Amino acid sequence: MSTMVSVQEVTKVYKRGSEELKVLDSLSLDVPEGEFVALMGPSGSGKTTLLNLIAGIDQPTSGAVVVGGRNIAVLSEGELAKWRSHSVGFIFQFYNLIPVLSAVENVELPLLLTKLSKKERRERALTALKVVGLADRSSHYPRQLSGGQEQRVAIARAIVTDPQVLVADEPTGDLDAKSAEEILKLMETLNQEFKKTIVMVTHDPRAADRAHVQRHLEKGVLQLR
Amino acid sequence: MALPLSYNIRNVRVRWQVTLLAISGIALVVAVFSILLSMSAGFQTALRATGRPDNALIVQRGSASELTSGIRIDDRNTILADDRIARRPDGSPMASWEWVVVMSLPKVDNGGPTNVTLRAVTPQAFEVRGGIDVVEGKKFQPGLDEVIVGRKIMGRIEGLQIGKQVKYMDKRFTVVGVFESQGGAFESEIWGDYDVMGAMFQRGAGSNSVVVRMKDASQIPALDKWIRAQPQMQLQAVAEPKYYSDQAGPLAAILKGLAAFVAFVMGVGAVFGAMNTMYAIVASRTREIGTLRALGFSRFSILSSFVMESVVLATLAGAIGLLLAMPMNGFSTGTAQTQSFSEVAFSFRLTPQILITGMVFAAAMGLLGGLLPALRAARMPITRALRDA
Repeated sequence: MSTMVSVQEVTKVYKRGSEELKVLDSLSLDVPEGEFVALMGPSGSGKTTLLNLIAGIDQPTSGAVVVGGRNIAVLSEGELAKWRSHSVGFIFQFYNLIPVLSAVENVELPLLLTKLSKKERRERALTALKVVGLADRSSHYPRQLSGGQEQRVAIARAIVTDPQVLVADEPTGDLDAKSAEEILKLMETLNQEFKKTIVMVTHDPRAADRAHVQRHLEKGVLQLR
Repeated sequence: MALPLSYNIRNVRVRWQVTLLAISGIALVVAVFSILLSMSAGFQTALRATGRPDNALIVQRGSASELTSGIRIDDRNTILADDRIARRPDGSPMASWEWVVVMSLPKVDNGGPTNVTLRAVTPQAFEVRGGIDVVEGKKFQPGLDEVIVGRKIMGRIEGLQIGKQVKYMDKRFTVVGVFESQGGAFESEIWGDYDVMGAMFQRGAGSNSVVVRMKDASQIPALDKWIRAQPQMQLQAVAEPKYYSDQAGPLAAILKGLAAFVAFVMGVGAVFGAMNTMYAIVASRTREIGTLRALGFSRFSILSSFVMESVVLATLAGAIGLLLAMPMNGFSTGTAQTQSFSEVAFSFRLTPQILITGMVFAAAMGLLGGLLPALRAARMPITRALRDA
């Protein structure tokens, strides 16, 4: 199995005024294709920062982040935006749906950056909603959906461009046990049936148990367990 | 590809209260701004529209208005013999000599006194001045105690309707007609017969001014030069329109300056208001912006989406502002002119130029108000924008 995500000797330093805060310290991590990894660790351990670097919404101070064979640490702002639009799907803790757009319009958003026709975009968005089991809610607005349903719409949005990698930041953190279970089941399906590589940050041991591999971070360093 | 338009439209709809507030603010500023400009434009038109370009007005040198000018009859006769002045078939010069006095009459709105110009003209005046039309009643009869009143002053001064009497010194004049002068300042005057009034003024056979029709308008400077060369007369010849527009000069400049100043102060306030609103709108959408950028939308597409939203809203507000100002178009009012101390009635004129200026002004407010907060939002690191509650 080839490596989908390879984080090599990555250091991330945040500057607050004159103070420097080292969040990640020469960290290396390989995620094989088709893997479902859970990143765990206490608050401030750097797990979300690591996830952001893999997702290409932040850049390392030093080191390389290779995703799907491409070192995204060297891409410009514009190149990175383009790369994100087709290579990575985001699942956020608070779903981050656009409140003024309906479920299907939210799912369609990433497709606006492709060359697909309006009809094709709508078809694909509806297919993605079907995958997450919300085909009958396509014209609902986020405020008309439950938390679990909102997160499923967000997952549909994450997979609609068919990216190789999904990144999830506390995907069940804002959900009740039942909804969380549904979301985790859905992520398992995406991993097993749709062969998505998933990197998930979580505090929830039940969520972490669903992953193939658990990696623990502490003070910016991966712990060997 | 840019963000869909429906995103902006729905955002505006969802945030309609704050949007309405921003639109009303900009609309009011544009309304006041364009009303001020139309006032200034109307006043300038009232005085600029007065006079024919091929007429020369002869007045005393150094006199600021016809009121303070004086021309003796022998000087007048010398000038009228000049070959550059147009003649009738019978050989008589196309010229009119006129006395001008100021009389105090009560205003319609509050009964307070205001100065109105009373002009004593020869029968030739109608022919020479040009553009004078009696639109109601008839002309005054030479030799009789009759006057005609300008259309604009009629509505502003009490008792100037046809059939009513106007008292000057001990004499009563009957209003027999109403005249128009294509919007010019004469419409703010009362005209009567030179011989009747001249006798009453007891000023003899001279006049305050003489207006002559030139054979060739380009000869006015030459006529002026010749007149100035005559040592016995302290006179000058000025093209008639120039003379009256110069009279408008100081007040029109003050009005224009006032309009610019008020517009500037209000514009700065409105830009801050619009910016504040846009800032609030953008701040409440920070996480959305972070999400959109994470999904791969470029800074530019987000920036242009917000700026476009703001400019469209401001332009709409500008159009509403101009609609609010519309009823003022043609609204007549008057003011005391600084040069002749008498009432000049004028209409507010909302010219196409003012409409365009108003729209550009509104769009600029929207651009400025939207650009800065949108820039801030587009520049924010995605990770920070995503954390925004």
